[in-house]
Amino acid sequence: MSQRKKRSRGLGQLLIPLVAMGLLLIFNLFRDPGFFSIGIATNNSGNAVLTGNLISIIDSASELAVISMGMTLVTAACGGQDISVGAVGAISGAVFAKVLLGFGSITGATVVLGFILSVLATILFKLFNGTLVAVFRIQPMIATLILYSCGRSIAYWINGDATPQLNSPILSAMGMTIPGIPIPTPIFAVIIVGALMALIFRLTTTRLYIQSVGINQGAARLNGINPVAMKLLSFALLGVCVAVAAVIGVSRLGQLNHKTLLVDIEMDAILAVAIGGNNLGGGRFRLSGSILGAYIIQMLTTTLYAMSVAPVNVKTYKAIVIIIIVVAGSPVVKAKLTALLNRLCYAGLPSSAHKGVN
Amino acid sequence: MLNDALLTMRGICKQFPGTRALNNVDFTLRRGEIHALMGENGAGKSTLIKVLTGVYEKDGGHIRVEGQEAHIHSPQDAQKAGISTVYQEITLCPNLTVAENIFIGRTGGALVRWKDYEKRTDEILKSLGIPARAKQELSRCSLAVQQMVAIARAVDMQCKVLILDEPTSSLDEKEVEMLFGLMRDLKSRGVGIIFVTHFLEQVYEVSDRITVLRNGELVGEYETRDLPQVELVARMMGKDLKELSGLEAKTENRAAVHDEMVYEASGLSSSEARPFDFSIARGEVNGFTGLLGSGRSESVRAIFGADRVTGGKVTVKGKPVRINRPHHAMKNGIGYLPEDRKRDGIIADLSVRENIILALQVMKGFFHPMSKAQMEQFADEYIQALNIKTASQDTPIRALSGGNQQKVILARWLLTHPDYLILDEPTRGIDVGTKLEIQRLVLKLAAENMSVTFISSEIEEMLRVCSRLIVMRDRKIVGELSGDGLSQAQVMKTIAGGGQ
Repeated sequence: MSQRKKRSRGLGQLLIPLVAMGLLLIFNLFRDPGFFSIGIATNNSGNAVLTGNLISIIDSASELAVISMGMTLVTAACGGQDISVGAVGAISGAVFAKVLLGFGSITGATVVLGFILSVLATILFKLFNGTLVAVFRIQPMIATLILYSCGRSIAYWINGDATPQLNSPILSAMGMTIPGIPIPTPIFAVIIVGALMALIFRLTTTRLYIQSVGINQGAARLNGINPVAMKLLSFALLGVCVAVAAVIGVSRLGQLNHKTLLVDIEMDAILAVAIGGNNLGGGRFRLSGSILGAYIIQMLTTTLYAMSVAPVNVKTYKAIVIIIIVVAGSPVVKAKLTALLNRLCYAGLPSSAHKGVN
Repeated sequence: MLNDALLTMRGICKQFPGTRALNNVDFTLRRGEIHALMGENGAGKSTLIKVLTGVYEKDGGHIRVEGQEAHIHSPQDAQKAGISTVYQEITLCPNLTVAENIFIGRTGGALVRWKDYEKRTDEILKSLGIPARAKQELSRCSLAVQQMVAIARAVDMQCKVLILDEPTSSLDEKEVEMLFGLMRDLKSRGVGIIFVTHFLEQVYEVSDRITVLRNGELVGEYETRDLPQVELVARMMGKDLKELSGLEAKTENRAAVHDEMVYEASGLSSSEARPFDFSIARGEVNGFTGLLGSGRSESVRAIFGADRVTGGKVTVKGKPVRINRPHHAMKNGIGYLPEDRKRDGIIADLSVRENIILALQVMKGFFHPMSKAQMEQFADEYIQALNIKTASQDTPIRALSGGNQQKVILARWLLTHPDYLILDEPTRGIDVGTKLEIQRLVLKLAAENMSVTFISSEIEEMLRVCSRLIVMRDRKIVGELSGDGLSQAQVMKTIAGGGQ
C-alpha cells in the first residue's frame, strides 16, 4: 500500500514533464519519422560517431542538464535562483584556459590540473554568492546579479585575449567523442555528475537537510540543522556543476569565447528546474525532473530548427510551448487535473470501498 | 421557536478522496444566540465551517439563511448571504489603519473619502466598546483588539451569522473577557454566533447551546445548561467517563524525584530572556507559568539555545557545558517542542516519516544517513506508540490534524531518547482526547526517569502534571510553588503579585 502510494506521488511531479516529452516525441514522429533515425558517421578526426537528432539533442543538452542539477539544489535550499551561472561559467572556462595556456602544452596532467583549479575557482565565486544569500540574507537574484553583470569581464581579464585557441586531441575527446566510443563524451559527463549527486545523497543527509531548510528554515534550525551551511553547500555544488559545464563547453569548441560560453544558460536552467516540477520557492526537489526539463528544452529547440523555423523566430515558438508546459504544471491546473483523476478513479465505487484508506 | 432559526444546515455531506469528512450533518443556529461547535480534531468542525463559508463545495444537503435557500459557492457568496468569519489567525492587514481595515475592499468607486470612513469607524468602535481609534495602525493594537476589529468589520457588513474560529487561543484572560463582552453585545443585537473553541470553560461561560460532532457525524445538539462538562467531554470523545477520571488518580503517584540534577543554569540569559536560575532533577516534571508575554517561552528557548545566548553558567548532569545552539542542546540530551507548531515545529511538505526521524538523523550526523528501512521502522513504531492518525508514513505532515501533527513532533523528540524534554504548549489548539494522551505520556516518561519542563496556558493542566511550578511575571521569576502550594489560587496569587 505504502509502496504504491510512494510511486504514484513520485510520478506526480514528473507527470507533466514526461507527458510534454512524450508529446514532443509523438509530434516529431508524425512530422518526420526520419527525425528518429540514428546513423554512424566518421567525423573530422576519423572517429566513428553516432549521428542523428536524438543523439544531438542529448549531447547538446549536456551543459544545461549539469547546471540545472546545481540550480535545483540552490533553488531548494534558498528559495531563489542563481542568475550568474552563465557569466561565472565564462570565468570557469577562462581559468581552465589560463592553466592550459600557462603550461603551454595540453597533456592529461595539465587538463586535470586545469579542471581542478577551475572547479575550485568556481566554488569560490559561488561561495561568495552563497555568503550573500545565507549570511546576509540577500535575495538570491540580487546576490547573483553582481556576477551576472561583471562575470564575463572578469573572464576576459583573466586571459587578456578574446578567444584563445585550445587545439588538442584530449580536448576534442572531452568535448566530442573519445576514439573508439561512438557516444559523445558530454553525455557521460551528465551521467557522472548525476551519479555523483546520487552518491552524495546516499552518503550524507544533504537531501533531507536542504529540503528542510527550504521548507521551514526556522524549524530546521531548531532541529539542529545549520541553514547557513546548507545554503553554502548548495552553492558550492552548483559551482562544481558550472565548472563541469564550462569545461565541456570549452572542449567542444576548442576555444574559449568569454562572450558566448554558456551564454543565456541561466534562464534555461531556471526553466529546466521549473519544467521538472520543482517549486521555485524552495523545498522538496527532484534532480531527475530538472534533467528531464533540460532535455525537453533542447528537444524543443532542435525540433524547431528541424522544422526550418528561422532562428529569429525560434525563441518565440519556444516561449509559447514552455508557457504551455509551465501552466499545465501550475498548482491551479494540477489541482483541477487531480480532482478530475480522483473523480474518474472513484466513480462507481461505493463510498465504503475507499473509506479504508484512512 | 423554529421561526427563530437564522441558519439551518440539513444533511450536509462532504467527501474528500479517501475520507468522508461530513456525513449527513444537521446544524441549526438561532437568532441572537451563541452556539458552540464542539468536537475533537478531525471531527468535521472546520469542514462544516468551510462548507458554510464557501471555501469548500458541499457534496449534498441544504443551507438556509432566514428560511431562504442559500447557494454558497465562494466566500463572496457567503458574505452576501450575511455570513462572516473571523479566523484564529488574523486575516487583516497589520500595516494599515483600523479604519482602512474595516472598509478595505468595500469602499466602492475610485474616490475614497477617508475622513468620512474614519468618522464612521470611530462610531462603530464606540458603539461596540472596542478600545481603539480609527487612525491607529492595526499592528499597534493588541491581538485581542485586532480580533475585535475583524469582528467590527464583519458587523458593519451587516452580517447575520458570525463565525468565530478559535478566537481566544492567543488571548489572555482579560482580553477573553473583553471579547466575550463584545459577543454578548452582538448577541443582544440579534446576531447568531458560531463559536469554535477548545476551551471548555469558555464554552460554559458564554454559549447558549452546543452542537457536538464526532468523526464527521452529528452527535447531538444540547442546551449548555443541561449538559454537564464531563458529559460534553465524553460525547466529544465517544469514551467512557471513567477513562477520563483515571488521570486524576494517576497524578497522585507521581514518580519519585531523584536528587541528581539533569540540568542546572545560573544567570542564564539570551537576547530575549533576562538572567534567571533554573534546575531540574532526573524524573522531575516542572513547569513555567505566567501570563502570555511573561517570559515563559523565552526562558525555555534560552535553555535550548534557540535564541542567542548572552550569558550564564550551565551544567548538564554535573558537567559544565556551553549551549549556544539547538545542536549543542540536542547533543546534551535535551529536546524541545516549540510553542508555535506551524512556524517552528513541522516541516510542512515533508512526510510524516521524515518529520519523525529528523532530530535523530541530525544527532547521528551529516555523514551517517539512516537507511530507508530504518526510518520506516522508527516511523512505524512511533505512529503506533503515539496512536498518530495518518493515511501513511508518506503523507505530508501538513495534511494531518493539529493534534496529530503535535504527536509527530513529540515522536521526533522521543525518538532521540532525551534525558530532558522541554514541551512548550504541547496541548494548545488540540482536542481534549489528545490533550489527555499527552498529559498521560508526560507522566509516564517521568516515571521512566525522563525530566520534563511543561508549559501550558491552562493552569489546571499544569497542576495536573507538574510537581513544581516556576511562576513568571514581566519576564522575571517571581515565585516557585511545590507540594501544598500547588493550587490554582496560589498560582493566581503569585502571578498577581500577592507573594506566597
